[in-house]
Amino acid sequence: MAQAQPLPDTFPKYLLRNAEMFGSRAAMRHKDRGIWQSWTWSQQRDQIRDFAIGLTRLGLQKGDRVAIVGANRPRLYWAVCAVQSVGGVPVPVYADAVAEELSYVLTHAGVRFAVVQDQEQVDKLQSFIEQLTVLTAIIYDEPRGLRDYDKHMLHDYADVQEMGRSAQHADKQLATRWEQDIRAGSGEDISIMLYTSGTTGRSKGVMLKAKNAVKAAQDTVAFDKLSEKDSVLAYLPLAWVGDHYLNYAQGYVAGFCVACPESGQTITQDLRELAPTFYFAPPRVFEGLLTSITIRMEDAGRFKQRIYKHYIEVARKHGEAILEGRPVPASARVSYALGEILVYGPLKNVLGLSNIRVAYTAGEAIGSDLFSFFRSLGVNLKQLYGQTEAFLYVTCQKDGEVRSDTVGPPAPNVDIRISEDGEVQFRSPGMFSGYYLEEEKTAETLTEDGYVKTGDAGFFDTDGQLKIIDRAKDVGKLSSGALFAPKYLENMLKFFPNIKEAVAFGNGRDFASAFINIDLQAVGNWAERNNIAYASYQELAGHPLVYKMIAANVEDTNRRLAAEPMMAAAQIKRFLILHKELDADDGELTRTQKVRRAFVAERYAPLINALYEGVSEKYVETEVTYEDGRKGRIAATVKIVDAPVFKAAEPVKEAAE
Amino acid sequence: MNARPDHSVLADQEGSARDDLLMDVRNVSLSFGGVKAITDISFDVRQGEIRAIIGPNGAGKTSMLNVINGFYTPQVGTITFRGVERRSMKPHDAVRQGIARTFQNVALFKGMSTLDNIMAGRSVLMKRNIVWQMLWRGPALREEIEHREKVEEIIDFLEIEHIRRTPVGKLPYGLQKRVELGRALAMEPSLLLLDEPMAGMNLEEKEDMSRFILDVNQQRGTTIALIEHDMGVVMDLSDRVVVLDYGKKIADGPPDEVKNSQAVIDAYLGVPH
Repeated sequence: MAQAQPLPDTFPKYLLRNAEMFGSRAAMRHKDRGIWQSWTWSQQRDQIRDFAIGLTRLGLQKGDRVAIVGANRPRLYWAVCAVQSVGGVPVPVYADAVAEELSYVLTHAGVRFAVVQDQEQVDKLQSFIEQLTVLTAIIYDEPRGLRDYDKHMLHDYADVQEMGRSAQHADKQLATRWEQDIRAGSGEDISIMLYTSGTTGRSKGVMLKAKNAVKAAQDTVAFDKLSEKDSVLAYLPLAWVGDHYLNYAQGYVAGFCVACPESGQTITQDLRELAPTFYFAPPRVFEGLLTSITIRMEDAGRFKQRIYKHYIEVARKHGEAILEGRPVPASARVSYALGEILVYGPLKNVLGLSNIRVAYTAGEAIGSDLFSFFRSLGVNLKQLYGQTEAFLYVTCQKDGEVRSDTVGPPAPNVDIRISEDGEVQFRSPGMFSGYYLEEEKTAETLTEDGYVKTGDAGFFDTDGQLKIIDRAKDVGKLSSGALFAPKYLENMLKFFPNIKEAVAFGNGRDFASAFINIDLQAVGNWAERNNIAYASYQELAGHPLVYKMIAANVEDTNRRLAAEPMMAAAQIKRFLILHKELDADDGELTRTQKVRRAFVAERYAPLINALYEGVSEKYVETEVTYEDGRKGRIAATVKIVDAPVFKAAEPVKEAAE
Repeated sequence: MNARPDHSVLADQEGSARDDLLMDVRNVSLSFGGVKAITDISFDVRQGEIRAIIGPNGAGKTSMLNVINGFYTPQVGTITFRGVERRSMKPHDAVRQGIARTFQNVALFKGMSTLDNIMAGRSVLMKRNIVWQMLWRGPALREEIEHREKVEEIIDFLEIEHIRRTPVGKLPYGLQKRVELGRALAMEPSLLLLDEPMAGMNLEEKEDMSRFILDVNQQRGTTIALIEHDMGVVMDLSDRVVVLDYGKKIADGPPDEVKNSQAVIDAYLGVPH
């Protein structure tokens, strides 16, 4: 990207630059009617220009907010740039938001225009249209089903583009003026407003300045060496910062091709056909892939199974070393090369991962086995940590310095510090400039010296990589004052296939302890193979051999905790296996299967006391709700077991950075 | 939804020579040996409407559909389709005339993909002979591409892109029904016969299917005659309803009138003896 002019500081400027530099390279692809359609950068510029000028004909003014609601479609991505090019502010909104959420965001943002995908979104908007007092037009991408709608306020996307074209026809200077306006545009303007998903309270409109957004994207594009030769499949929600950053922002800065899937249900097939070079997916997607591979291999013939097992073992031993360029014996290299031909290559091909140069995962903890599996196949999977307020990246892992239990060192030009009470705070180039119309909340989120509070607790590991341990408000302290992060312990335990759920306790206590739920499927399978008879979950959970097995898992966890200076004090000294599975029907889990720790603590208070009283068993009766709503009681004597703890590793002085 | 004149429930439209008439069934009777399946039934189907034929079990609905389709030839009565009267014909003649249908129990090629099943629906429209098709060059290839475009339009229309390559035998029932609708649409019919399109579906599948039926009717302008058990669906979807009971017509008219007709209530709920 060597060039004399200064780098552009807005995305529309990048559009013009890319149309000049990569005019004939594909900028956008979309599978329509079963065939991949492509638009080059210069075609993309024309599409955007026609739409932008059409929008101004409809009365779009500088500073107007424009809602964009729908799935990943070329026309919606173009709308983002078109709005930016004439000084408007795009406001992408989650397409699956129900009408009330949508109405909150749209009224809060005061949108004057809405560009939506289809009839579904039009219907939603029209259900609260009287609240959208400043809305002047709704523009839809897909006309299906809208034929008989009242067309006052409703416009077809193609018609708006046609309006733009005929305006350019009438006034030949219009196109040139549009480009001049873009070149005169300022990086100080708000580039986009992204609403947070609002899991904690009302969603807030995060405002991002163009020059910040562009700078952040420039940094990470250079970091991962992305170029116009790369390609991505845009399948994440359009309104999520991750999609806007990874696909739109990086796409414009690097000039790579963004492909839109045919529909939400065809993503796996589209991925296979495209084989992109850059890929992002949350851990559960990788988990799903691994599960489907495992299941299909179990159905394969014996010969294939043996080949698969053999070469996966080879990959497990040497794959990551080869990926990271570490020394590997020549024989292992030969084996691995054979495995590539027989197993890894075909497997990656089926998954659409053949051409991956860089893949990221983020959002939640990923199991080390799962993480290593993909890396050992030669997929350069890495972790990042970020949030909307940072315009995504806060930390990201460098090639070759990748670990499953950390999220990496600070991203380029990002400044991170850990506050007194363990909260991660950062300053970054892509940092937001405030929540829209909520100065109070902006002030709450920023520290006095301009750092953003993430609300996450974390620490730097010995090698300078950040570890996120929990939400800051959930982190407590043992009575000795040592850090106690329940979710961190629970995640470590849950990565064992035998453990389905874990709930850790220890805040204000002398030591950490845990309730454990066994995974009935995994442990049940094991029991069957070992001729252990059981009649119920309760009986299996109380079986001495099961206790022994779980104790080994807990011991393992403690050994790993001991190696981490910050966590060593919070080793699990005592645990018990619960006599019933935690269940959303009983209120112990949320509907999204997350443990409600406080509720569990209250419900099983006698068991928690028993953990700290030093007794070896406790009789409890618990009320349960069956699926049909009837109530029942189960009684059990739960055994409580001590686990060995290990000596902490030498503490290391202040981590780097 | 429509501004057509109302008809009283039991009034026949005798001698109604309307120019939007697509099909006219007149005094049709069908019997198998001594069993009278249909007795002296007359009704018409107008261009662009959704016409429902309903009735309790064994009322003669499917027989009626089979008569329209040319599978059965009625002993008495006439059927006029697009102004041409016919008496005896084969189902494939019906297809040529522009009548397509789906079946009560899905009748797809289970081992073939969704795409191939719908392509099969186009075969009647393919002009090149089998030799050309086997060579798959020049005109035959061009023809295939044209047909494929039409099929992709239907796939897009019915939102079944994700199962384009899946053998239909592996699909859940609701989707199979949708593929079958796709195959019928591929024939570009001027009259589409649907035999219990919602049978065996759950609520969500029914809602989807209703949406598609309305879309087919409104966007593609296809006239539809459907047989259905589910009264709720019929009343919401159709413009006019014929009610059969024991092979006889007991009501005919817009859904609201039919719903309140005593004869219909008796037929569905039974009468005390």
